[in-house]
Amino acid sequence: MGAIAIDPAINRAVIDYDACVECGTCYRGMSQEHLNPGVVRAVRALAKLFRFRFEPEPDVCPTAAFVMEELEWPRIVRRVFSDPLVEHASTGIHGRGTEEVKTNDVSNRVTVGEVGHVIEFGRPGVGVRFHHIQTMTMALAARGIVFEPKNPITHLMTDTGTGTLKPDLLQEKILSAIVEIKTTLDEVAGVLDTVFAVANRIDTVLAVGVSTRCDNRGEDELLAPLLTNLGYRFERAKTNMGLGRITNIQHKGAP
Amino acid sequence: MTNTLHRYGNAQSFDDDIIIFAIACKGKNDEGAVEQLRAFLTICAKHQPVSIGNSESGSYRPTRDLTPTAHWGRNTEPNHQAVIDAVQRLRTVAAVFDTREKAESCLREVIDADLGISINIATSVDGARDVGRACDIPRHSVEYALSLADPHDHLPDAQVLSLSTMCGHGMVAANLAKKMLDMVREGRRTPRQAAVTLARFCPCGAFNPARAQRLLEAQLPAGTTTLSA
Repeated sequence: MGAIAIDPAINRAVIDYDACVECGTCYRGMSQEHLNPGVVRAVRALAKLFRFRFEPEPDVCPTAAFVMEELEWPRIVRRVFSDPLVEHASTGIHGRGTEEVKTNDVSNRVTVGEVGHVIEFGRPGVGVRFHHIQTMTMALAARGIVFEPKNPITHLMTDTGTGTLKPDLLQEKILSAIVEIKTTLDEVAGVLDTVFAVANRIDTVLAVGVSTRCDNRGEDELLAPLLTNLGYRFERAKTNMGLGRITNIQHKGAP
Repeated sequence: MTNTLHRYGNAQSFDDDIIIFAIACKGKNDEGAVEQLRAFLTICAKHQPVSIGNSESGSYRPTRDLTPTAHWGRNTEPNHQAVIDAVQRLRTVAAVFDTREKAESCLREVIDADLGISINIATSVDGARDVGRACDIPRHSVEYALSLADPHDHLPDAQVLSLSTMCGHGMVAANLAKKMLDMVREGRRTPRQAAVTLARFCPCGAFNPARAQRLLEAQLPAGTTTLSA
């Protein structure tokens, strides 16, 4: 995000709280020493004075200066959508989406002839504000799209029929978020047209995944040819190998 | 989460990047699944992965109590067992392989173990299908990664993206990837050291240090020999 920089007026590193998405990487990803800050600053000043190249390990914070702050609504939403170690209460899983087709062999969430769309905003590494996401969800809702009910973004909607999000969140910036929908094959072209047209109007990046169930031979003779005909390139995929099964004891009356 | 789907590169560039991961489905097969997840990682660790992860930590991790001497001798070895031991709750667990042979042998043993949880492969479209065919199992479902949409030119160049997108959660910053590319070009770090530095930021362990090392070595003049650490 580029949220941390040296403020020349005070000669100290400061965090731009508007740019920071609360991902926690500065705190969690950096190794730490616990050196005296005065000594560290003196060494750096000496190196700067003599134009020495100061070349410590780039992933070590010498003074263990970072601390994680307690956050309140709505800022806490930044952490929920940016820090992969924070669990979404709405899904019970870490991260910004759902199990998608990763458990499709057990859940049958997407069946043959159906297509799951995973539209991720802000990824990779750019970030997104909720009003950008709302621009997309409103455009999709106008097409009559039904949003995945277990998705965290759906939980933040005030009206799933129009795709509007909670108004106090709209200016909050997060690392990324995922909107999930399911359509028929016939709707794929129109939905992707809408998604990439809206991408031109929102100041962020998009990563889009489309999924389907394979046939009994493990082939996909429906979605892949369709995407190719529509001019989309896809070289990488996440592939469910079909080894999962229901093993929980099923109780009477359970869904 | 789609933390292994949107890696930057063409299909060939994923020949040394095959991720096998396991996940339990809530309400369907999550009872007792922690043991199955641990068993999955234990199997994977036998087949020489370049990294494994449990969604909270990977084989390469930051250290909270370094001394200044660390600047001249950082540990660049993976610690797979620490990842396995730390599996205490339901999480997505993953292993990263740098050859198709290792991935196939691992998947065969996973099939034989009949763990009951969902097993996925993230790599090129054809690569995953071929690994499945070699193990006599058809694909159940597939999710394709379409090209990134960046109409406002926010993204860095391809070299940086190829490195930073290996942590799909975005925990490997593009600026850090660029810094490591520069440090390797300038001879201030070996490709291995730079790759491991990046890997330490990936909490799910899906970052591929072997592919990163290859990408970083490509920055050096042809025929250059580098130290392994």
